[in-house]
Amino acid sequence: MTQSTLPSAAPPLLDVRRLKMHFPVHTGVLIQRVAGTVKAVDDVSFTVAQGETLGLVGESGCGKTTTGRCILHLNRHTGGEIRFEGQDLARLDAAGLRAARRKLQVIFQDPYSSLNPRMTLGQIVGEGPSVHGLTRPGKETRERVAELMSLAGLSPNLASRYPHELSGGQRQRVGIARALSMNPSFIVCDEAVSALDVSIQAQIINLLEDLQDRLGLTYLFIAHDLSVVRHISDRVAVMYLGKIMELAPSALLYRAPLHPYTRALLSAVPIPDPAVEATREHVLLHGEVPSPLNPPSGCVFHPRCPMASEVCREQIPEFQEKAPGHWAACHHA
Amino acid sequence: MLLQVKNLQTQFFTQGKRIRAVDGVSFDVAEGETLAIVGESGSGKSVTALSIMGLIPWPPGRILGGEVIYQGRDLLKLAPDEVRRVRGKELAMVFQEPMTSLNPVLTIERQLTEGLQTHLSISRAEARERAVEVMHEVGISDPLRRLEQYPHMFSGGMRQRVMIAMALSCRPRMILADEPTTALDVTIQAQILALMRDLSRRLGVALVLITHNLGVVARYADRVQVMYAGQIIEKATAQKLYAAPKHPYTVGLLGSVPRLDEGERRRLQPIVGQPPDLGELGPGCRFMPRCPLAEARCGVAVPPLVEVAPGHGSACLKADQVGNAGN
Repeated sequence: MTQSTLPSAAPPLLDVRRLKMHFPVHTGVLIQRVAGTVKAVDDVSFTVAQGETLGLVGESGCGKTTTGRCILHLNRHTGGEIRFEGQDLARLDAAGLRAARRKLQVIFQDPYSSLNPRMTLGQIVGEGPSVHGLTRPGKETRERVAELMSLAGLSPNLASRYPHELSGGQRQRVGIARALSMNPSFIVCDEAVSALDVSIQAQIINLLEDLQDRLGLTYLFIAHDLSVVRHISDRVAVMYLGKIMELAPSALLYRAPLHPYTRALLSAVPIPDPAVEATREHVLLHGEVPSPLNPPSGCVFHPRCPMASEVCREQIPEFQEKAPGHWAACHHA
Repeated sequence: MLLQVKNLQTQFFTQGKRIRAVDGVSFDVAEGETLAIVGESGSGKSVTALSIMGLIPWPPGRILGGEVIYQGRDLLKLAPDEVRRVRGKELAMVFQEPMTSLNPVLTIERQLTEGLQTHLSISRAEARERAVEVMHEVGISDPLRRLEQYPHMFSGGMRQRVMIAMALSCRPRMILADEPTTALDVTIQAQILALMRDLSRRLGVALVLITHNLGVVARYADRVQVMYAGQIIEKATAQKLYAAPKHPYTVGLLGSVPRLDEGERRRLQPIVGQPPDLGELGPGCRFMPRCPLAEARCGVAVPPLVEVAPGHGSACLKADQVGNAGN
């Protein structure tokens, strides 16, 4: 499965091929045995083009956060390849990885725990450039910090404050300024707006979009809120139990979903408009998500799927391009 | 009218400050209806529910004024044992975090039968039978086996079903559900909310749904009230609120929310600034610093909630201008 999931032929900035992240589960106190494996990410492939936003969406346990962590090399993937700017991340030496990491940054979910409470905002934002030698300590770093804070919509006067003095939205802006400080080309946004109130969330979403236009950034936007993901992403991948069920341009995914799970997921998301809601069909899924320690055979979605048949129980469906730019893993799509 | 809340005032005293968490809130709940109370953090929606249920801890919180009238009696003036007879039996509550709201050291059976035995004066065996019935009602399969289990063996969705079962077990007239599905996956959320609506309709139980999710409100609520900084700033039927909001904050909220069915290239219209510090409020309208329609008279006093159209209340001096071009 090495075909790009992109419509164009330009080399992708990020190329993920058959990614696997299997965590062994140990039992025993004195002598540890491997009792099972959690297949958090199980054969996931996608690409991200320079300048686009790929949304990665799914419910808990689907593997989207683990996928993000593998791309950032915070977890060592157990199978498959991750190529950033054409280079296989797993084959880079320490210096190579450090260089790649400058370009591959992250914004975390929790604005309360992702900032060091004992550092001032100026120190948090200035640490990266200063340590990596991008700016000289002192005036040059301070100026760069002021520039970054302004970019993120924060007054540079706040540089001497500590995180606890700021609101959640402001702290998230600090996280954004920090991510930008290394001049990245690619940012993984891991539930970057999920912990924020609705009105603040909108400010941050607009900021991320503006920064993308101004600085030519590429985003992998990981979230569980389908409305937010659909809004900000060019293309969206829907994950379930470690696998991608469907990948398509965002408007198309909403208008004409191919995978039964996508349809159920879309149907479950309420739209803030009673007139529209009254006319919508609601597909209710039964049961709960199975444990990733013991995933179902064949298609992992088959126990809850209204269209499941014999072949679904026995064979894992291939992730295939069913229409131009529209990929799905389903025997019936 | 099932419940009438009049001019409720609940404050918290902390770090030398007085936080006006609920500041003059009045509303009614009719039999069998679904009322949504919507707002962001700090709006006072949860504190309102906890105040009605008498669950405000002192220190640091205290209900300083107002009435909560249920069946002709003011719950706030009842003795503690009389309150206990109402709370859990006639008025029940479902809390936000299913992970932490159940007692981790009690079996599910114990958690369900405890309330039943206390409120209905029945034997343990009868209570156990009732518990199994109500577990069936909320869609918990294999209830006999589940009764012996502990909360940590249940998923979030299942735990919330147990909470709903507990709330329903004594056949209350009203359930207050505080963000009942926020911590759950969206497909499970849909199951749980559909269940609650179905039970509400079949059993005639009124549902007060507290949430920040405007989509949930649109799908499930009959009437809505929007809270901001401890006060209700708009009240209407769900249809009217979304079709023609009459407060700039409501307009701002609706403009901030991405919609699954939006056209391409729609830009969100966020509300500028941040919610106010509840310990340092000025005399005027609390939304004024963030309001595109603000003018000098807005800062004089808190605008009263008045009926600006039949069944539609707004606490904005310029309610008739809200929603015109340029807002």
